[in-house]
Amino acid sequence: MAEKGDRYWARTSTLMWIMLILWLFFSFGVHMFVDKLNAFSFLGFPLGFYMAAQGSLIAFVVMLFVFAKRQETIDTEEGEAEDA
Amino acid sequence: MAAQTASGKRGFLENLGKIYGLYTGGFFAFVIVLAVLEQMGLDRRFIGYGFVFLTLAVYAVIGILSRTMEAGEYYVAGRTVPAFYNGMATGSDWMSAASFIGMAGNLYLQGYDGLAFVLGWTGGYVLVAILIAPFLRKFGAYTVPDFFSERYGGGLARFLAVIVLIVCSFTYVVAQIRGTGLIAQQFLDMDYNVAVYVGLGGILLCSMLGGMKAVTWTQVAQYIVLIIAYLTPVIILSAKKFNIPVPQITYGSAIQQITELEQSMLKAGLADPKVLKPHATPFLVRDAMNYFLLILCLMVGTASLPHILMRYFTTPSVRDARRSVAWSLFFIFLLYFTAPAYAAFAKLEVYTLINKKVAIADLAKEANWLFTYGKYGLVKICGANATGVDAVVAACQKIAGHGGFLRHQDLAIHADSIVLSTPEIAKLPYVITGLVAAGGLAAALSTADGLLLAIANALSHDLYYKLIAPNSSTATRLILSRILLLVVAVIAAWCATWFPPDILILVSWAFSLAAAGLFPALVLGVWWKGATTTGAVLGMAAGFLVTGAYMIGTHWYKWPLWYGVSNLSAGTFGLIVGFATIIIVSLCTKKPSAEVQAMIDATRRPRGDAIIKDKDAAIAAH
Repeated sequence: MAEKGDRYWARTSTLMWIMLILWLFFSFGVHMFVDKLNAFSFLGFPLGFYMAAQGSLIAFVVMLFVFAKRQETIDTEEGEAEDA
Repeated sequence: MAAQTASGKRGFLENLGKIYGLYTGGFFAFVIVLAVLEQMGLDRRFIGYGFVFLTLAVYAVIGILSRTMEAGEYYVAGRTVPAFYNGMATGSDWMSAASFIGMAGNLYLQGYDGLAFVLGWTGGYVLVAILIAPFLRKFGAYTVPDFFSERYGGGLARFLAVIVLIVCSFTYVVAQIRGTGLIAQQFLDMDYNVAVYVGLGGILLCSMLGGMKAVTWTQVAQYIVLIIAYLTPVIILSAKKFNIPVPQITYGSAIQQITELEQSMLKAGLADPKVLKPHATPFLVRDAMNYFLLILCLMVGTASLPHILMRYFTTPSVRDARRSVAWSLFFIFLLYFTAPAYAAFAKLEVYTLINKKVAIADLAKEANWLFTYGKYGLVKICGANATGVDAVVAACQKIAGHGGFLRHQDLAIHADSIVLSTPEIAKLPYVITGLVAAGGLAAALSTADGLLLAIANALSHDLYYKLIAPNSSTATRLILSRILLLVVAVIAAWCATWFPPDILILVSWAFSLAAAGLFPALVLGVWWKGATTTGAVLGMAAGFLVTGAYMIGTHWYKWPLWYGVSNLSAGTFGLIVGFATIIIVSLCTKKPSAEVQAMIDATRRPRGDAIIKDKDAAIAAH
């Protein structure tokens, strides 16, 4: 029981860290290069501007739907899913 | 009796799609009817009244239909709200007058640097989903302080959480009531003070009778109104100017044109290079460090604000809580990724006007909207309120070397006028302006509802029931909560009338205070079994006090900035101090008991009963 719980939590924690690193990248990392990115253009936008205005936002939304799905898979595989 | 309400509830929940579909259709029909009446010569004033009073009436009816005397329904809407609808409700709970009216305006004024708000107010939901919300849902709490009390054993942690909750929610609610008052004043031509109380009446009608249940279903209705109102004018504007009704794509070319116009204004001497801030160039308003720290504070604040976290207590399961955070962000995203388009289109309009080298005396012909909003003090030309052409011409003549043409530096536009004036800039019928007003009102009311409920619940459930009178009956507590709702609302309205603060500063402070006071103890409470009671209590107090002191000191007492960190990002210090205190003190104190460790284990796993087994929280477990 304890071991099963640990494995569940280990997988949950790994998923959390992956999401947290992606979050760091789209919240801060990519915008640190805004000047360099602005040299490129995307849909008519300077790319650095686009990333802050739309790109990161789209990434956040997609990330959360993927996260919910992934975590549900972990729940089911580890026998921790709630009864429907 | 209980079975009857349950089956009635079930019928309602099964038909949510039909009910809200019908509601949305009805709202469109109402807009079309008013548009036709306008063409037939209906007075503008009645269009404004029509929008404001009809929407208020609908919210009130929903509130009355959702009345309840059951604690589970009052505090957590019976934990029956589907993920999708809870997402919509969270969207309007979240998006306030500052988002609806102020955000686009700030992007207009700050260009790239304003995007810190767009990023900060969306990315925080990633933290909510991966670190906090599902675990709080599993916990089965009624309020956020419930979690602190159980996890950190006792009254002191609960009490501190209540204090932080009340301070940050109250700061936030004052800003909302101000926003409601401003809209009522502009579209109903009422005195500001009267308008504040009218707005307040609207808010109270919704939440008095049904608590969380009523707030949930009105917030869904308010989301629908606010998103239609926000998207409609800018979609029409995009279709008119660029022939593509997708403003989020077309504003890319608007930005290109803005950049060209900026150059030509500078060349023609129509702009001062010291004043003009190129729209797409980063770090002109705030330096890179403050840009990123502001994003951090807004994101972490998002993940700590109790009125948002408590929305995820209402879903049927942990699984639904996670899905619901994703839906919330999607519905919020729809507005936030459109806001920069408003800013770009408005700027394109203004810069095109300036490049035409218009004589000040001809401004009324070229851009009458400047004067419409000048009357409310939102547009200044040559330092004078744009109340009329004569006043402006006189003011410009006083400026040495003024050529009589409108220059970039002559024009000062208040952030709040950008969204409100877009329908007029696009030369749309007045009915669209009325629609925007209804949307702004929905945004302000829905957020104020959520905040007032969070405060009233903290006072009635946490302070009174859990700390003062544990033997009080459910009925007593629910009645007390309603009375407190009224009292808090009146105090907030009173504050809004005598203390007119900058909405954006107030809102940013609320985020920093929530982040510093609650986030470290929340996250470590779930993710680190070693966090102890002493550590958490000291960490919460230290983080909150450091942030609060820095705000007050730098804003009112001329403290020098620490390491150049601006007042808006005061939460940064509180976060560092809070995390450090909890970790260091916890390592020095006795480890949490085996019982607490087992409780944390259970919190982490979705399967199984809720942690808190309140005598009237039986519905929490499935």
